[in-house]
Amino acid sequence: MKKKIRIKNILARTFLLYIPIAIILTCVLIPFLWALSTSFKTQQEFLSPTVRYLPNALNFENYSYVWQESHFGTYFLNSLMVSGISVVFIIIFCICNAYSLSRYRFKGKKFFTMFLLGTQMMPVILFIIPLFSVFKNMHLIDTPWALIVFNIVLQTPFNTLLMRSFVNGIPKEIDEAASIDGAGRATIMFKILIPMLLPGIVAVSAFAFIGCWNEFVVGFTMIQTNAKYTIPVGLKFMIGQYSVNYPALAAGSIIALIPPVILFAFIQKHLISGLSSGAVKG
Amino acid sequence: MKSSPGVLATKPPVEKRGRRISDKVFPYLLIAPTAILILLVMVYPIFRVFYLSFQNYDLTNPFMDGFAGISNFVKLFTDDPLFFSSIGITFKWVLLQVVFQLLLGLIVALILNAKFRGRGVVRAISLVPWAVSGVLITMLWSLMYDQNSGLFNDLLIRMGILKGHIAWLADNRTFFAAIIVAELWRGIPFFAITLLASLQSIPEDIYESSAIDGCGAVRNLIYITLPFLKESIIFATLLRAIWEFNSIDMIFTMTNGGPMDQTTTLPIYMMKTAIIQGNYGYGSAIGVVSFLFLMLFAALYIKISGYGGEDA
Repeated sequence: MKKKIRIKNILARTFLLYIPIAIILTCVLIPFLWALSTSFKTQQEFLSPTVRYLPNALNFENYSYVWQESHFGTYFLNSLMVSGISVVFIIIFCICNAYSLSRYRFKGKKFFTMFLLGTQMMPVILFIIPLFSVFKNMHLIDTPWALIVFNIVLQTPFNTLLMRSFVNGIPKEIDEAASIDGAGRATIMFKILIPMLLPGIVAVSAFAFIGCWNEFVVGFTMIQTNAKYTIPVGLKFMIGQYSVNYPALAAGSIIALIPPVILFAFIQKHLISGLSSGAVKG
Repeated sequence: MKSSPGVLATKPPVEKRGRRISDKVFPYLLIAPTAILILLVMVYPIFRVFYLSFQNYDLTNPFMDGFAGISNFVKLFTDDPLFFSSIGITFKWVLLQVVFQLLLGLIVALILNAKFRGRGVVRAISLVPWAVSGVLITMLWSLMYDQNSGLFNDLLIRMGILKGHIAWLADNRTFFAAIIVAELWRGIPFFAITLLASLQSIPEDIYESSAIDGCGAVRNLIYITLPFLKESIIFATLLRAIWEFNSIDMIFTMTNGGPMDQTTTLPIYMMKTAIIQGNYGYGSAIGVVSFLFLMLFAALYIKISGYGGEDA
């Protein structure tokens, strides 16, 4: 009797759990693996009439080619700089907003929260034309600052709500106790709150970094000099330029994928727990 | 209190009086930079788009620049077949994306919420497409859709399903399905993440007590899990519908609106009119109409679904 139930359980788990998991993993991994395999192929291998699933040898020529000849190294560093500087500002803004929303009662608090949520619904493409003239007046066109300012505006709202759920997780009594001991606001924020908030800061940074790294539309319209392109913009122009050289493009894509994919793998847990503690609710 | 000369007792009030910024102003100061930046970079330009949509403003035809009245809108609604076709395509695109992302995302979330060995690794891998940008989706999927050296043609021919090579992104029968599948690949993880987050907030003991009552898995799903997920499903579908409506990077890089404008959604049409052709006035009119569409949709959706009814 017991044995029968056990066999039934194992069967159920196989069909309802293990096989679906295998299907999901296959669907997710195949595009990555195909690009990885293509990136090691030579042009002749790639163009040969019989499609090979694995490259003949691991040759890194495509990688050094895109990195140097196609200026991918420059794009990579540009993206790194733009995203890095943006993230520093985003974190400062998010901590200030989250602290204000979590610790104070003030008039317009609900409105500000709705305002932040509302920004998530605005199509970037809608206001890109006037934004161009705003940035032109600020002399930001064709500078990385156009992307940095835009990234801050685009990424701060959602990340504020995520950060708020982390600040909410720190008991209010801690800052009250510090205040009674005579600590000023700056001391409370920098010496007490920020160290406790560190896991949240790491998660929000990674989350914001991915968003900045992937930004395309503003980079495409506001940056005009090849040497200032970020990775998505550089890739877009390479698609037109090297439509024949797919292995090189595959190598470029793998390089571009590494930072967001690795960061995501690390923060995925925090993202889910941050969301589940009510980041998106008013 | 006053009579006691203790340092500890008197210090806090002195400290508070010494603060130059009161507790009433401080929270506003904290949010001011963000608010100002959003007003400048997002809100002001949006108002400006409404103004531009009533202007003739065309980089290729600067002699005609000036006030246009409602002529841009009149042309849009009476003399622009591409506008109407792009509305239809946008609608089809958003509907298919949201429905499939929700259904498949829910299944993925339920599976990833089960307990099994190596769950952390499986989760990290299954959800990772969420972090991939639109341009990179184009790269990854173009490599697989490629007519001569792509994976799909080769696999299907080897399996005997296909006889000849198909140009997936150009063929009339396949191009739409091809971009739908590529976008689903990164959209499903979004739903899975959001739903997984709310699945984790369902208290375990509800399932325990329902097990005592002899409820099966299907009943649990219908009577416990789905009602718990209702708010997040409504929120996520709304956000996702808006994002898919606005999504531009993948379609723009993968098909550039083609073949024959059959993947030209409203934002793609606007991008092409305004940014590529330089017709800012007409492009703004398309933008304004899209914006009003979205607002109307969001308002109706929130009203019908009753989102936020409990705590608003």
